[in-house]
Amino acid sequence: MTSTTTPHPLHELSERLWAAAIDRDEPAAMRLVTAAADAGVDAEALLLDVVAGVQHRIGVEWAADRISVAAEHAASAITDRVLAALAHHQNPHPLHLRTRGRVTVACVEGEWHVLPARLLAEVLTHRGWHVDFLGGHTPTPHLVAHVHQTNPTAVLLSASLPTRLPTAHNAISALQSIGVSVMAGGAAFGADGRYARLLRADAWAPDAREAAARLDQGLTQHHAGRRQQIDDDLPHLTDQEYTLVVTRRTALVKQSLAALDARWPAMRTYSTAQRERTAEDIAHIVDFLAVALYVDDAELFTGFTTWTAGILHARHVPAAGLHLGLEVLAGQLRDFPRTLTFLKTATEALQAGSHHTGPGITA
Amino acid sequence: MGCARCVPLFVIRSPGTPDRPHGGGVHVSTAWAEAPYPVLVTDSVGDVVETNEAASHLFAQAGEDVFVGSLPDWLAQAHRRPTPAVGPPESASGTVAGRTFEAHPSPGEDGCVVWWLVENTDLHLAQQALQGERERTTILADISSALFSSLNVERCTEVTVRMAADHLANAAVVVAPAQGRRHSLTYTQVGGEVAHKTAAIDPRAVPGLTEALQGFPPVPTRWIDPGDIPDWAVPPGFTGPIGSVIVTPLPGYGMPAGVLILLRSSTHQAFSDGEEVFARLFAARAGAALSAARLYAEQASITTTLLRELLPPKLERLHGVEYAGIYRAAKDHERVGGDFYDVHPGTGDSKETFVVLGDVAGKGLEAAVLTGKIRSVLHALLPLSGDHKHVLTLLNDALMNSHHTRFATLVLASVQRRQGEVRIRLTSAGHLPPLIVRTDGRVEEAATSGTLIGALPEIHAQSTEVVLAPGETCLLYTDGITEARGGPLGDQLYGEERLRTALRECVRMPAEAVVERVQMLASQWLGGREHDDMATLAITTPLGGGGTPHLVGEHDDSRPHDREQ
Repeated sequence: MTSTTTPHPLHELSERLWAAAIDRDEPAAMRLVTAAADAGVDAEALLLDVVAGVQHRIGVEWAADRISVAAEHAASAITDRVLAALAHHQNPHPLHLRTRGRVTVACVEGEWHVLPARLLAEVLTHRGWHVDFLGGHTPTPHLVAHVHQTNPTAVLLSASLPTRLPTAHNAISALQSIGVSVMAGGAAFGADGRYARLLRADAWAPDAREAAARLDQGLTQHHAGRRQQIDDDLPHLTDQEYTLVVTRRTALVKQSLAALDARWPAMRTYSTAQRERTAEDIAHIVDFLAVALYVDDAELFTGFTTWTAGILHARHVPAAGLHLGLEVLAGQLRDFPRTLTFLKTATEALQAGSHHTGPGITA
Repeated sequence: MGCARCVPLFVIRSPGTPDRPHGGGVHVSTAWAEAPYPVLVTDSVGDVVETNEAASHLFAQAGEDVFVGSLPDWLAQAHRRPTPAVGPPESASGTVAGRTFEAHPSPGEDGCVVWWLVENTDLHLAQQALQGERERTTILADISSALFSSLNVERCTEVTVRMAADHLANAAVVVAPAQGRRHSLTYTQVGGEVAHKTAAIDPRAVPGLTEALQGFPPVPTRWIDPGDIPDWAVPPGFTGPIGSVIVTPLPGYGMPAGVLILLRSSTHQAFSDGEEVFARLFAARAGAALSAARLYAEQASITTTLLRELLPPKLERLHGVEYAGIYRAAKDHERVGGDFYDVHPGTGDSKETFVVLGDVAGKGLEAAVLTGKIRSVLHALLPLSGDHKHVLTLLNDALMNSHHTRFATLVLASVQRRQGEVRIRLTSAGHLPPLIVRTDGRVEEAATSGTLIGALPEIHAQSTEVVLAPGETCLLYTDGITEARGGPLGDQLYGEERLRTALRECVRMPAEAVVERVQMLASQWLGGREHDDMATLAITTPLGGGGTPHLVGEHDDSRPHDREQ
């Protein structure tokens, strides 16, 4: 949900907002956007080109190790608050003028990247929809209860990290089974929306503008009760590899740590905190491996691996550890043919030295 | 077939019988003449040249003279079909005199064809009945799953009219029970949109409607004169005169859930008795679904009202100090639990804001009810909030004297902004001491301790005062955070050390970002495992930055905000 090219007239504003966000200067950031809004800058351009653009840049700068994770978080918090203030400042239609119908916007459970969903909520509100914004990390039971109580035309579900896809799938089918249409959006669903289609979302949109346009066309009303079981969507899950990898996650991490200890002398000098980081890294690899198995797409895992290599490279960490990590995992998952193919493909991509732009986005 | 005489077929070849000699020079066996099946012989151009007794009888019944006219259409068509090069010639089926037959051809001489007609009327009727029954079952199954999937009254009503229009009639209207003197009406017609309106209508205008709204059995459809139907009972845009009408109650749980009116245009067949029965079956399902949805809506509304007082408040900037809180209940489907927090804006000259965060033993609704009581008591003690020890003693007395056997731990904070910095008086009553994030990245523990509340008749408490420079934060939290069990190895506590490490990175962050970051890290540490209630509340001195933000958040707020110094 970002614009990669900032239109020229807003370029300077974007630069100044970026500087304020990174300087943790919230008042300055607020003044910049409200002044721009007062000066008549188009509301949607301000939201999607300036604020979202800055947020995207924050993610890119973090990936390149030019800002810390905490700085990323602080800057994101400021763009988030700027957005809220802007929404308040622009004084959207009063409720009775929001004639386009009612929709629900939410992030799937476990998804903390709220900004793309908030941007969408603002754009839709601005275009005259009555939007219920449930925010980040919305448990599926809450979402379902909300739909029962408010009867929206559609639910727009946002997820940025691909590891949220199984949860998103659960939410999509639960919502469809109670008869509401679901539009999926956010980087988790793939740059071309392939996972939205795989998980049978009724629609997919690459950004907030497209989502609004898609909503205007009208989503086909879902026929409740026609929704099949989740595993009918993904017949490959019957090989149980996804289930076994997820349920054995902790054991896999522990065994991998032990194997690394034996094979990587550097590990023995690690502090407790460093060992914990390593364990977290392995857990992260297992999580992405699991979700790749879920959607049956080796590319998802390869993308994550090469992106991680890029992140490590930016921090001057040799990728040898990552190689070894994959090898150690393969050693433990010998009976899982699909998993082994994914690990092999990723290892080959690492050797070829390709860098990926990243799993998910930060704006 | 009802033919008593069973003459074996193809037994004897003979030129004919004396009473019915064969004409046309066609040479066939005599057996066929008395065969229990109608038999026709056609010549090469399709004219009938011979019939047996059964066939004459059959066509006489049909009032047709097959010799003069041609064959029935379906048979004529079959006759014109070319004979397949290999295999037996194709049979055909159709009706004669309201009975259905299968006609099997066998080639005769000179291009003649002998058509043997085998009656399958009963089979055909049985198949039709079975198919009809299957369709109805499928429709009912579809209807049930569509109706029962939603617990929303509006959607349920929409599904009811849509399904009724699709499967039962040309148009359908649901009249909901009266709300005062007005009824909510939901309409649709085949292929049309669903429309709603609420209007003061006179139910007596539609025959049987008043009775149906009271739950009496439906009046027979033949009693209703379509001409009597008032305009409000007809979907907007429904054209053509109405031919027939069904008015049937939607039975509910002890009281009617509404009434379904089905309309057919005069160009359409009138409702049959079978359709009336089916409409009642449909109405029974729709009524049950609508009643379930109404019950759910009522319960949800009661729950919302009762929970409103128990939900954590929305926090915002007050008197130049940022407050932010996030609450996560132990169970994902619940919104309340045994943790709580409140921020009471200070009044008077001191403008000292009173903050409380606490944890009641236990979780779930029962614990939440006690948090509600504690919050009320503390609210009432607000005028005494200058003396934390006094407040805690009074609260302790109140809890000791109540029937609750649970106890609580809490932290009190009195917050005041003075010349760009924020002073906080903190008192812990058996609770985890708050953590202070300093601008240089140090994380300090507030030096306060005391006994928990509601367990012992006497309590003691040691208060402390901290000063926050701009960009510094004081975090109040419950043990749900530090006792989150998980991590990459699955069985470790998140612990205070990891929390401190996380907080070291929260220097100069807005309060919202601090609580969000802590909750996110703890949640990721859990990785979907079970957890206790988790509450975090941050008190932050905003960074001066370049000046005063004149926008404070997304909520309307009539309270004047202090300008920063």
